[in-house]
Amino acid sequence: MREVARRVFAREFNAATFTFSESDDEYAPVYALLPTGMRLNRAFVVGTLTETEEIGDDTEYWRGRIIEPTGTFFAYAGEYQPEAAAMLRHATTPSHVAVLGKPRTYETDDGGTNVSLRAETVAHVDTAVRKRWIVETARHTLNRIRAFEDGDEPDAIRAKDVYGDDISPYRDAVIDALEGLDIEDTPEVVS
Amino acid sequence: MTDLRPHAEDIHELFEEHLDLGVDEIEERLDTLVNEYKVPLSEARRSVISHYREQAGLERDEFDAGDSELANAADINAPDEWVTLKAKVVELWEPRSDSIEQVGLLGDSTGTIKFTKWAKSDLQPLEEGKSYRFENVVTDEYQGRYSVKLNRTTKIEPLEDDIDVGRATVELDGALVDIQQGSGLIKRCPEENCTRVLQNSRCAEHGEVEGVFDLRIKGVLDNGLETQDVLFNREMTEEVADIDIETAKQMAKDALDTTVVADEIADRVVGRYYHIEGPRVGRYVLVEQVERLGAPTDVEELLIEARSI
Repeated sequence: MREVARRVFAREFNAATFTFSESDDEYAPVYALLPTGMRLNRAFVVGTLTETEEIGDDTEYWRGRIIEPTGTFFAYAGEYQPEAAAMLRHATTPSHVAVLGKPRTYETDDGGTNVSLRAETVAHVDTAVRKRWIVETARHTLNRIRAFEDGDEPDAIRAKDVYGDDISPYRDAVIDALEGLDIEDTPEVVS
Repeated sequence: MTDLRPHAEDIHELFEEHLDLGVDEIEERLDTLVNEYKVPLSEARRSVISHYREQAGLERDEFDAGDSELANAADINAPDEWVTLKAKVVELWEPRSDSIEQVGLLGDSTGTIKFTKWAKSDLQPLEEGKSYRFENVVTDEYQGRYSVKLNRTTKIEPLEDDIDVGRATVELDGALVDIQQGSGLIKRCPEENCTRVLQNSRCAEHGEVEGVFDLRIKGVLDNGLETQDVLFNREMTEEVADIDIETAKQMAKDALDTTVVADEIADRVVGRYYHIEGPRVGRYVLVEQVERLGAPTDVEELLIEARSI
């Protein structure tokens, strides 16, 4: 079965440093565990592409910075994601983009863990898509928070063990994202 | 909380002839699974039924569920239920194994469902296009798709009246997160009743042929909770991607390459949100109506909800 593309804000996605797999099979799906207690093997994110950079040495490898109201997603695409890599190569910045991707984690030099997206598709979109994604992601995050507080899903229990009980940053992320929309959407007063 | 009593009574009835059971103990067993272990009701029923079936020493095939209820094809949404269908044999497929005598699609006014008839069940042969009453078939599930299995206890009765097969229409909202290989400008076999898509100008059935151009999108619609393969035919592709087939042919001609059309379509549709409607056929929903979704309006309510948590 194809894995669903979860909706998650950057603030929560970047905190999802714990990954796991259900079996030892090298092709078994790898999941990032979200702090609000859901496993994620694929994400659909929308934001503003502000920078693209070619970081490959021998082969083409692109990194894009995608900003949304709660933080920054880093999306990568190389020779095995030719379409996404081509999109990043030709993309103009800044522009609104939608990215479908798989979570990847790597250790940083200072011992931390970075979470990024290995892009499957990168598409230029408009502001209506951006707003819709923010509202949708807000709703999904609130639903996860409520399920987390009920606390009986195995992944919620696991998330509490790994990241602890405090998920208020992700509720605050929802509020920040929605308040940002509110201001944008206030019609200009015509005097 | 779900009232488990009617379910316990159902199960009680199933085993009346085989086991000396009280409705209370069945209800208790269901209650433990549903309320203590949070197992979905359909799974709990399945587990309780198979527990008693084992206790009664019954093989799944010999197990006579008694009067199975008349069901609609489109409403079958749990495995291991005993139902009766009044349906037409819409299609017969080639069985992939000797243990399967016949396999295909049954349809009634609500939609279609796959059926399997085992060789060992020793049932009468079914004819494509004929309608029957199938008493006592067992529902099954594989990777989220439901089917029915005919078995030795199934009674098949031909019907005089022809059954009109309807199509269950689904409505979905989601983002079109990806489009797949085989989208864009394609060529189909021109032979009568053959619409196979050509690979390198070859039809799998008719060999090298002069193909006929067509447009389609095989896409993935995803709402963050579920993912669904969707198929846009030429008309729907022209509408959703705002491209007509003549333009598409010209683009391909100029580029000496048909893949530019798929790329152009992807540029116009991937990442956008759509509302679609259409019948579910196999793993696809065939798009018959599509509407682009704009910015949502329920920001204020969500904000209130978020602040109240």
